[in-house]
Amino acid sequence: MGEELRSVRVEAERCRGRMACLRACPTEAIRVRNGRAAILEDRCIDCGECVRACPNGAIQPLTESFRDFARFRYTVALPSPALYGQFRREILPGAILRALTRIGFDDASDLAWAGEAVSVAIDEYLAEYRGPLPLISPFCPAVVRLVQARFPALVDQLVPIDSPMEIAAREVKLHKAAHLGLRIEEIGVIYVTPCPAKIVAVEFPPRKRVSYLDGAIAIADLYQPLLAALARESEPVGEVQTVHGLGLAWPVLGGQAACLRTEDTLAVGGLREVARILEDVENGKLSELQYLECHACPQGCCSGPLTVDNPYFARSKILHLVSRYGRQPSRDREQIRALYRQGYFALPGRFPPQPFPPLDTDIPRAIEKRSRMKEILEALPRIDCGACGAPTCRSFAEDVVQGRAALEDCAVLTAEQARRHRHTALAEGIQR
Amino acid sequence: MPEVSIFTQRFEVRGRDFTSAGRASTAVKEILKEIGIPPATVRRAAIAAYEAEMNVVLYARRGTLELQVSPAEIRLLVQDEGDGIPDIELAMQEGYSTASEEIREMGFGAGMGLPNIRKNSDEFRIESVVGQGTALDIRIRL
Ligand code: SF4
Ligand code: SF4
Repeated sequence: MGEELRSVRVEAERCRGRMACLRACPTEAIRVRNGRAAILEDRCIDCGECVRACPNGAIQPLTESFRDFARFRYTVALPSPALYGQFRREILPGAILRALTRIGFDDASDLAWAGEAVSVAIDEYLAEYRGPLPLISPFCPAVVRLVQARFPALVDQLVPIDSPMEIAAREVKLHKAAHLGLRIEEIGVIYVTPCPAKIVAVEFPPRKRVSYLDGAIAIADLYQPLLAALARESEPVGEVQTVHGLGLAWPVLGGQAACLRTEDTLAVGGLREVARILEDVENGKLSELQYLECHACPQGCCSGPLTVDNPYFARSKILHLVSRYGRQPSRDREQIRALYRQGYFALPGRFPPQPFPPLDTDIPRAIEKRSRMKEILEALPRIDCGACGAPTCRSFAEDVVQGRAALEDCAVLTAEQARRHRHTALAEGIQR
Repeated sequence: MPEVSIFTQRFEVRGRDFTSAGRASTAVKEILKEIGIPPATVRRAAIAAYEAEMNVVLYARRGTLELQVSPAEIRLLVQDEGDGIPDIELAMQEGYSTASEEIREMGFGAGMGLPNIRKNSDEFRIESVVGQGTALDIRIRL
């Protein structure tokens, strides 16, 4: 954390302080100060819920645009398969990939095959793994951040296998470079992303120095141009041989688990639900499961915050594609296994625990602060009205203890009551 | 002598209330994380607190779980009003359980509760009076 950039930012001129984001943020990372939202960077996990919630479009993801890709001699779009669920049912992946080349990319490549290959790698890893269960999917970066921040004891249960987008990007790059006689750095592989979390994963790939991806552009930003390009095509229904069945299910909740050999799996969508399940795992429950598939978004990536279509409809369209392209494996399993043994899929290092900052780095002082926080909380109305600019009375009490807010900011506590609390020993503590 | 700061909070636990079961231990965990207790220690305390809370939910009418955090240790004091445990030594054995069929069908009462608490604590005391209730004193050193 710290130097890393967060993937969303508030455009102050557009913010009307309507507090929708305040309630939407699952980690209580937002405060409204002087009528404007502000993000506490070290509590943000890039889930994009605030982007979804803002009625004024004031919270924007830091995606790129075509101008940023001028530095490459050749660009390849690598869309999340979630993109395939965004258009009319009859528009097939092949047509969408072709449309990407019409709107400015030199080429576009499908990555569903990589989802399938990664599934085989997970099968292999599960077969040899001997540590605590269940293993947790590492493919939603917001979930990974949640584990690192709120469930740091579980970091080693995140599967150490690279994501389909990275595997595919590496293949595309090497292949294109050889094919076109270009240097690797002259080729820009651009992820078409359903969410801000993946943007951060491109900028700061977990456990690696560099990503094979060179940038990310939002599905929502390409939607209009793609629609126009698709409308111009005389033959919009395109079959492309390189789009495969199994990995196509990855962007829907349960799609990863369905690709695995084991049936001891559970798929959970939505950060609050994910957090509840992880609470259970932390309490020593659910060890009868092998694989826990977790998505920050309720329906999986097909419902990402930077997608456009209705999440349920998007899901149904992806499932339609899965049945259309079949569930037959498209690659030779043995070949993938051999690659697995060579470390082709492995992520080096470990996911470091990165807990949210405690009340104090000094434990005795943190204990004192927590006691004061409790006293303050008991004095507060505990109705989580949000008028103070904090999402809950609990987070407001924390802000007061940390000197980020004053007790008088509470709209319900009368001035008189706040004054009284100021004069107690507790208030002396706050001032210290 | 320097003053030692202790954080104390007490939670009510209702027997047979499966919808709120786990709330107290979740809150305990949250507080320990806010204080900055190392993850591995939080996890031990989490398991102990959860098992202790579930014992109250499963076998007692009501109870309390009190969390105390000092710079030296985490302490969980659990008291319940319930049937009590007639043979503590037996109850401490893994797999021993007096859970009813109904409770087992819900996936609880596998007889791992008390042994699990002992495994995850540094000091564990249990007292029980049949017909009155059970008291647990769980300590985890920091
Ligand atoms: S991206 Fe998610 S965690 Fe970050 S501020 Fe927005 S809602 Fe909160
Ligand atoms: S579920 Fe998918 S779309 Fe949603 S935040 Fe995670 S990776 Fe992004």
